Amino acid sequence: MNAYEKVQAARSSSRPSGKFYIEHLTDSFIELHGDRRFADDPAIIGGIGMIDNIPVTLIAMERGDKIDERISRSFGCPKPEGYRKALRLMKQAEKFKRPVICFIGSSGANCGIGAEERGQGEAIAENLMEMMTLKTPIVSVVIGEGGSGGALALSVADKLVMLENSVYSVISPEGCASILWKDAKKADEAAEALKLTADYLKEQGIADVIIEESGKTNEEICNNLKITIMNIIKENMKLPEKELLTNRYNKYRDII
Amino acid sequence: MLNKIKNIFKGSTDKMKLCKKCGKEFSVKELEQSYMICPECGTYLRMNADERLDFITDKGSFKEIDMDMQSKNRLEFPGYNEKLAKALETNDKKEAVTCGICKIGGVKTAIFVMDSTFMMGSMGSVVGEKITRLFELAIERELPVVGFTTSGGARMQEGIFSLMQMAKVSGVVKKHSDAGLLYITVLTDPTTGGVTASFAMEGDIIIAEPNALVGFAGARVIEQTTGEKLPEGFQRSEFLLKHGFVDIIEERSKLKDCIVSLLKIHS
Repeated sequence: MNAYEKVQAARSSSRPSGKFYIEHLTDSFIELHGDRRFADDPAIIGGIGMIDNIPVTLIAMERGDKIDERISRSFGCPKPEGYRKALRLMKQAEKFKRPVICFIGSSGANCGIGAEERGQGEAIAENLMEMMTLKTPIVSVVIGEGGSGGALALSVADKLVMLENSVYSVISPEGCASILWKDAKKADEAAEALKLTADYLKEQGIADVIIEESGKTNEEICNNLKITIMNIIKENMKLPEKELLTNRYNKYRDII
Repeated sequence: MLNKIKNIFKGSTDKMKLCKKCGKEFSVKELEQSYMICPECGTYLRMNADERLDFITDKGSFKEIDMDMQSKNRLEFPGYNEKLAKALETNDKKEAVTCGICKIGGVKTAIFVMDSTFMMGSMGSVVGEKITRLFELAIERELPVVGFTTSGGARMQEGIFSLMQMAKVSGVVKKHSDAGLLYITVLTDPTTGGVTASFAMEGDIIIAEPNALVGFAGARVIEQTTGEKLPEGFQRSEFLLKHGFVDIIEERSKLKDCIVSLLKIHS
């Protein structure tokens, strides 16, 4: 697949969304709602559950399946209240010393009048700052499209895992093509130029692990993902708090 | 020789500035008297890094750091080399942010000033690295940071590396904050995208110039995506103040005094 085909695969509605991974990683998920400030954003699902007898906090972008659900979930594009809900649950995880697992898969942060009125930029910025010093392990997984700042706000983590056919980019290829070349149809060229594929990002040290997808069922992929996530979490739970945070800080500090 | 020609060329174009709102041209000398505010219609003209530094820092106190750091086309992104070359040719600065140590009202301060004349103030690895180093220096020397933002957002020609600068800078801002040090941001026209969604909004105190455009998503994109009509004054400083995202809107003529007062209370 070329870069733009990967973008399309990452966006495909036949691809499992956040809900699928939560349901398959834990059978004890309890969803928790709301940011305690303004509203509950259905574009983000958050809650707690057990994996391998370890309590964890799970946070996922959720695009929904049928069209009605997709609309009510804003196609998985979180509003400020979604990011604030995520942060609330992360702080709760820190208090109870639970690791945090985030799933990323949507075109990005919600784009709308309400989102701007309620400070989309501030909500993302606060997550970036707070996640950097959250005193509990964080693993983020890009399961589909990782879209810009809206994806970053859930992916400041100790380790970034990407599925083989997921992508992660500073801007959508269509957005890039229309800004630079005034032609959204050149999205395939933009996708190539942006170098947004999992293998390139792994090569550059942005992604830490890639989960293979080719020739595997969704269940097999999910099982492998679970092993990877839990290995990372168990390793990181052993670290003294200071070392955990220093490692996380340096992971980003070293990106030039 | 080539440099000389370039300087003369720069000098002659710098003498006049155009107000895009009313279309009138003014001499820089005249504009310096009016704080770069259009004498005709009151529009706040955009200031470049040097103009801003002259206006805010105590005379002769500014010492620049990392002034020679330059961007590379790491992704071999088509057209980026040409864009960088053009920005370097038409600008005294080598990147979209200028950083250094200065005094403001006698208070020693670390300062960064973004510059929309250099690739729309977009943030790539060099912008992120320079701001990070400034904060590291401020932590080491226990200094407050004052930052002037203006940016089109993350620099897409640097792909994921520019996105990651948002996290990197946020990390060092948090460190500076945890050390009990003051960070003041001044939002100037326009501040958008990844800069708004990171260090522009992370100040302990957030000041904005009147009527500055500040937002995350572009207004045109919002209109096209949602089909909604944008309210009057959408994404302007006054809109942000009303919704609780800005502490102070300050006129340019009083801006330095405002910053000095805040620095003195914290020093």
